[in-house]
Amino acid sequence: MTMIWYSTIGLLLTGGLLSLFFRKNEVYSNTAAYLCSAFAALCSGFLAIKILLTNQTLIVMLPKVLPYTQVTMKIDNLAGYFILVISVLTLAVSVYSFGYGQEYFGKGKIGQLGFMFNIFILTMLLVVTANNILLFLFAWELMSLVSFLLVLYEHEYIKVRNAGLVYLIMTHIGSLFLVLGFLIMYQQTGSFEFDQLAVGVRQLSPELKNIIFIFMLIGFGTKAGIVPLHVWLPRAHPAAPSHVSALMSGIMIKTALYGLIRVLFHMLGSGSVWWGVLILILGVISALLGVLYALMEQDLKRLLAFSSVENIGIIFLGLGAAIIFKEHGTPMLSAIALTAGLYHLFNHAVFKSLLFMGAGAVHMATHTRKINKLGGLIKTMPWTALFFLIGSASISVLPPFNGFVSEWLTFQSLLALSFNISDTTIKIMAPVAGSALALTGGLVAACFIKAFGISFLALPRSKNAEKAREVNLSMRIGMGILAGLCILMGIFPSLIFRLLDGVSLSLAGAGVYGQLNGGAWLSVLNIPNASGKGISMDSLSLGILLVLAIPVVLLITRFIGGRTKRSKDETWNCGKTLIPAMEYTATSFSNPIRIIFRYIFWPSQDIIKEDKGSPYFTKSIKYRSRITPVFEEYLYRPINWAVIYISDKMGSVQSGSIHIYLTYILATIIALLLFAR
Amino acid sequence: MTSKIAIVIGQLLFVMALAPLLSGVIKKTKASFQTRQGPGFLQVYRDIYKWFHKDSVISEHTSWIFIVTPYIYFSALFVAALLIPTFTTVQPLGFAGDVIAVIYLFALGRFFMSLAGLDAGSAFGGMASSREAAVSSVIEPAMMLAIFSVALVVGSTNLGIISETFSSEIVFNLSHILAFMAMAVVTVAETGRIPVDNPDTHLELTMVHEGMLLEYSGKELALMMWGASIKQLLVYSLLVNVFFPIGIANNFDFISILIGLLSFISKVFFVGIIVAVIETSFVKMRFFKIPDLLAGAFMLGLLSLVSNYVLGR
Repeated sequence: MTMIWYSTIGLLLTGGLLSLFFRKNEVYSNTAAYLCSAFAALCSGFLAIKILLTNQTLIVMLPKVLPYTQVTMKIDNLAGYFILVISVLTLAVSVYSFGYGQEYFGKGKIGQLGFMFNIFILTMLLVVTANNILLFLFAWELMSLVSFLLVLYEHEYIKVRNAGLVYLIMTHIGSLFLVLGFLIMYQQTGSFEFDQLAVGVRQLSPELKNIIFIFMLIGFGTKAGIVPLHVWLPRAHPAAPSHVSALMSGIMIKTALYGLIRVLFHMLGSGSVWWGVLILILGVISALLGVLYALMEQDLKRLLAFSSVENIGIIFLGLGAAIIFKEHGTPMLSAIALTAGLYHLFNHAVFKSLLFMGAGAVHMATHTRKINKLGGLIKTMPWTALFFLIGSASISVLPPFNGFVSEWLTFQSLLALSFNISDTTIKIMAPVAGSALALTGGLVAACFIKAFGISFLALPRSKNAEKAREVNLSMRIGMGILAGLCILMGIFPSLIFRLLDGVSLSLAGAGVYGQLNGGAWLSVLNIPNASGKGISMDSLSLGILLVLAIPVVLLITRFIGGRTKRSKDETWNCGKTLIPAMEYTATSFSNPIRIIFRYIFWPSQDIIKEDKGSPYFTKSIKYRSRITPVFEEYLYRPINWAVIYISDKMGSVQSGSIHIYLTYILATIIALLLFAR
Repeated sequence: MTSKIAIVIGQLLFVMALAPLLSGVIKKTKASFQTRQGPGFLQVYRDIYKWFHKDSVISEHTSWIFIVTPYIYFSALFVAALLIPTFTTVQPLGFAGDVIAVIYLFALGRFFMSLAGLDAGSAFGGMASSREAAVSSVIEPAMMLAIFSVALVVGSTNLGIISETFSSEIVFNLSHILAFMAMAVVTVAETGRIPVDNPDTHLELTMVHEGMLLEYSGKELALMMWGASIKQLLVYSLLVNVFFPIGIANNFDFISILIGLLSFISKVFFVGIIVAVIETSFVKMRFFKIPDLLAGAFMLGLLSLVSNYVLGR
């Protein structure tokens, strides 16, 4: 198995280097890069499934490069699960990229793109397998830097450069807290190795554990994009090329969740109930605000990026519930809540990558990402439309797609929290969090009705949209793989429970497979609880019933009505010819929600009217509507000002004169001699 | 096995056959309040039958989404009808989904209906879809919280089990009543009745649900209208069978099924008449006041939850 692991790494390195080597020949370079990453994904996926099914742990000793420390990589269940998610996405995205890479031909940077793409995947694999603080932080930083370079790929545009800068700053604030957290652990235990460290960290005092928890939450929360640390995400993800956005939103932000789960469940062991409550509250806030801001977006990729914030919030709900259950000593329920979170993590990875790839296909065909400039693409790009629809339905929690199963489990975890935990606050809070999840679900549906309905249906709103052509075969196959998974993971949830059985056993102390997989061949999900009454849901049966119902309805229709004709005519438009300008746009579609949630958006609009001398003859009307980005304006801007102000004041210390500097050095030496004897 | 299949098919036929009658009764009641004679009870059946026989005209701008939507909408309700108890708590297919699945099956139908509203490209459809998406997203949390409040007493979200638990006697306590009031408001909103939406209007300024159906004709229209009345019946049965399922048949024998049928029919018709009374005595709300109404329902649900845990039952 070690050989498979080494060959994965080798393939990724080869892919990267070959891509650089062939950079003069764009076709070779493109093919080499994505062929290697696809094969690497097959290798690592095989390895991950083998580890998850056999509950083995693979430890890879790296050659000693640093003195005193033996750096190891360890692939246990949890790492295996994340490797599987990475592999599945890498495979689909690689297939997609054969075609999508052509979008960037002729700009002379194909070699770099392929190189960084492969290295990016490699660093993510390193992050989830590192078993040592130093290797983890090294891989983490490398991942951040490579993704930063990928965000900057089209650095000709000023927006892209700004996005890259914000990303770089935020990710390093996050890294700062991670380094602090890990250093506290190292200082207390004297070990860099995760396993030895975990033994020591479990003995620490609650206060120290709380500090580590807060540092880790901020550090990983920044990467995950939890509100209010999410500001980089809607900037950076849309700036990168779409196949990279698919990986960034699909899996890179999930590596932060890997880190959080690793630290909270594996190292800190037990903590306090309020950890779980805090994570739950952050989850609710992120889910709601994420989707609300997504609804206001008119840029397809920014919309998807905000929606990632929302989905991380939903994963946090499961995670928070798992921690609360764990602290209350109910391992089975903890395992179910953790499974809900991890299941949603996989689901989100699948449908968000699918949607980003769809957005990339739309961008390639129309050269715009503005929803208001699209329309009518379902006729010219039928396959992309179908796959985007499947992704939209999955993310909108519709049965029988995969998003429904994981959100159903999250709902049940929250209800079980209320039913089984004796604390009154939690009893009331959990169902309210559940209804916030329901509100999120409704808003997500609205958001993706907008994204799909305005972009793909009705009449094209611009010349570009009119001229759109279906994308090439490799891109369609790449999207098709994930669209198929959306359905497969929706109707056969027990496949995922089988893979998560070992993970939940080692982290929460109970296996979920036997518990959730109630039926023999049916995939009934049974939630146990103190009432002894069953709670069950069977997405396979729901799917079968839905599929069976359609021919039955057709038969009924035919039976009652007999044969009738169907003819085509104009859309009724009060007697006028329908033109695209009359259609509802994305802005108008989301206007009711903008008004309903005005206390969150603080919307403002101006109408600028120009007339020809007399107010009765209008020459042009301009309507501008905007929402206030509350976090940027009222949280980050003051911080920004403060930093600039302090730097400004500090500037006066720097006079540029060598004599002053010599005096500083002397003063420092004296101060050190006095205080640091 | 045979009796199970009989229950499944029986319930399905029962729901599909009864739903237009309920709409007819509401229409007739409204007419009598307005001192009109109004159409007969059976007019809804005649309308649906007529539409089934008509050729349909569809817009040249639409895609396949427009054609499949009525079938998906109807199928989603079809499956929901198998999960919601009506006259009996014996639910052979109850394992397949609980109340959360039911709510998201409704959402499935609504998702496609809203897409179909956008598909033809007219501003009416777009406007209706946009409003429907906004209203339904504020309905869902209120509905969930009201049902959660009851489900947490029972310890299950499966509807058959909830109904069975409350079927022996009328539950009458603060928490239950508050949750019922919340659900009653949600029922009016979810079925698109005044003061939230007006099912009788085709005025572009007011319509929500009707706006999305504007382009439909023939068989597709028949399915959409029949589906809407089935959905109405299903939401009413959620209301009566979650909160006051008394009389519902817990066993599968002739007498209890007869009692179950009679009590269910009288309860949903009673709800229908109340809805008709509300429709005639209120005006339609301004669209942006609707969230306030549903926020009220949400608060009732929250109070129900709090009183449940703080005051005890």
